[in-house]
Amino acid sequence: MTTQSLPDWATGRVLASTAVARDVRRITIARPPRGRAAPGTHVDVRVPLGDATDVRSYSVVESDDDGGQITISVLRVPQSRGGSAFMHDLAAGDELAVTQPLQNFPLRVGAPRYVLLAGGIGITAVAEMARVLRHVGADYTLVYVGRSRERMAYVVELAELHGDRLVLHVDAEGTPLDVAGLVRSVDPQTELYMCGPIRLMDAVRRGWQDSGLPPANLRYETFGSSGWFEPEEFVARIPQRQVETTVRTDETLLEALTRAGVDLMYDCRKGECGLCLLDVSCVDGTLDHRDVFLSTDQQASGRSLATCVSRVATRAGSGVRPAVSLTIP
Amino acid sequence: MVDLMSSGSVTAKLFPHPLNAWYAVAWDHEVTSKGLLARTVAGKPMALYRTGDGRPVALSDACWHRLAPLSMGTLVGSDEVQCPYHGLRYNSAGRCTSMPAQETVNPSAMVPSYPVVERYRYLWVWPGDITLADPDLVPDMHQMDDPTWAGDGLTIHAPCNYQLILDNLMDLTHEEFVHGSSIGQDELSESAFHTRVEDDGSVTVERWMLDVMPPPFWRKNIRDRFPDFDGPVDRWQIIHYYAPSTICIDVGVARAGTGAPQGDRSQGVNGYVMNTITPETDRSSHYFWAFMRNYRLDSQLITTQLREGVRNVFAEDEAMLAAQQAAIDANPDHEFYSLNIDAGGMWVRRILDRMLDAEGRALAGPVSEPAR
Repeated sequence: MTTQSLPDWATGRVLASTAVARDVRRITIARPPRGRAAPGTHVDVRVPLGDATDVRSYSVVESDDDGGQITISVLRVPQSRGGSAFMHDLAAGDELAVTQPLQNFPLRVGAPRYVLLAGGIGITAVAEMARVLRHVGADYTLVYVGRSRERMAYVVELAELHGDRLVLHVDAEGTPLDVAGLVRSVDPQTELYMCGPIRLMDAVRRGWQDSGLPPANLRYETFGSSGWFEPEEFVARIPQRQVETTVRTDETLLEALTRAGVDLMYDCRKGECGLCLLDVSCVDGTLDHRDVFLSTDQQASGRSLATCVSRVATRAGSGVRPAVSLTIP
Repeated sequence: MVDLMSSGSVTAKLFPHPLNAWYAVAWDHEVTSKGLLARTVAGKPMALYRTGDGRPVALSDACWHRLAPLSMGTLVGSDEVQCPYHGLRYNSAGRCTSMPAQETVNPSAMVPSYPVVERYRYLWVWPGDITLADPDLVPDMHQMDDPTWAGDGLTIHAPCNYQLILDNLMDLTHEEFVHGSSIGQDELSESAFHTRVEDDGSVTVERWMLDVMPPPFWRKNIRDRFPDFDGPVDRWQIIHYYAPSTICIDVGVARAGTGAPQGDRSQGVNGYVMNTITPETDRSSHYFWAFMRNYRLDSQLITTQLREGVRNVFAEDEAMLAAQQAAIDANPDHEFYSLNIDAGGMWVRRILDRMLDAEGRALAGPVSEPAR
């Protein structure tokens, strides 16, 4: 229940890695114990990317009592910059740098009713929450949405543990989730925790807002990794600094501008804090807002962009290479 | 052969406190919907208030943003606290509901909201793993608000490790030396006592002093009920310890030889010294106490006299505990040694050590004895 603390990097050792769904591996890592990982926590791991390394965050799916064994699950992403591919290649005995469980998606115990909503690999962020809510006898529903059953990890285990409290929606089986219906079923005392693709989370956020439910009761985890469009290469310009650079698919706008020598302010790097915002003066293409700092109206206005996560995509039907001109406010 | 645990950890001078426990944080009347109260429990600073409908709330006393103390802030509406520094607002669940100069709220923003239970005239908080916070685990202090008991109490902010207070209460031999003018008497250190661990895990230390003259405090009490009383009494002290840090002491005197040891207390007076000790830091404690009685229930005079009398007695303990902590800190190379009179306190220490072990926070692992 503690909030975010500073990462404490240690060498972790892979104990086991097994396939649990198509493109999903379950990886158990031993690291110095820091107490049982609370629901909603994640670990950061260091992954090699070419000559450099980068950090990836993975939700803790399971922890032993003293937190000496942490289990995560990793989806191999087709456009992976190498992070998920590296994770998938790990085998028992391999070592990697890993933090203690970090918290910024804490579960509150004591609400009268809960809905936990998982889309695809987002199940990793709420599976432990569901287990704890069951343990404390809370009133909860676990809604798990996926494209097809073979891509959905832990369905059998979750069904065994949660029985009727687990509600599955599988696109391939013709049972997609009705977001409006889900939001309608929620009363003002219910807390909803969700993790999943941006389209799902955005639909829930809009429905939540429209129905006047308390904003504080909607909780979600975003690692800033999912957008409305597949990542494309695009051009970024800052005319006031005479900078023009190409943002590759495997880097963020913030990284590309920094690489080009622009000293920009940022902090969270997952679209939450708003420190990295730049003003948009001109755009060829469509802004792919991936942040949660700007409101829906602010995003629609297209006046600013969270450079740590957001991108530009080709406008549908246009052959023009996407590009954006930015101003440092 | 059995490996005996080293007692070295159990006699630690600066005893850690379990986190998975209910601790009294305040008297019920101290926390209101008019403002915020700052209090630290088990090293965790908390901001306490009540919602508009009277429900007690304990938020972590540090804003998510730059850690300004929320207890310096203001209550807004019926449920929320506003940070005194930049105006972030939190609801009673600890969720941030408003941030300055932006249209959204960061989905990570929250402060811990500790589980709170209101019972026995106290508010209790659970500083540890919230999924284990079972209200049935609040220690039994029912005499505090049972209609067949009356009395009142106060809080001592004691500048010492909480375990020193538990040691103090688990062995009342000290009354003879510390409280000679009120409740002490020579027979205290002369009479036998019995220590036992009950089936429910509580510890009892029982001591009877038969056919003794009552010390001033008890002579006054028995005369409140029997105005013409004179002569010797049978005096009892039955200490009940409930983990981690609550001690309720069944005390009283009855006319000597009228059957009190066998259960007939009709010719005496009975009190309960209610104590629950909340670690604040390693070296300071909130010591909540009350003196309850089951006779002359309607006399506010007696309630006040007993509260003030016990306040004076406990001031003698407080002075001793402060001096003891100072001496401990001034003599870091000196260890504790135990006496036979420490049986109750040593059981308390062993129980606490096991609680700490269950939390993965034991002082030291078991030490094997050499095989012979």
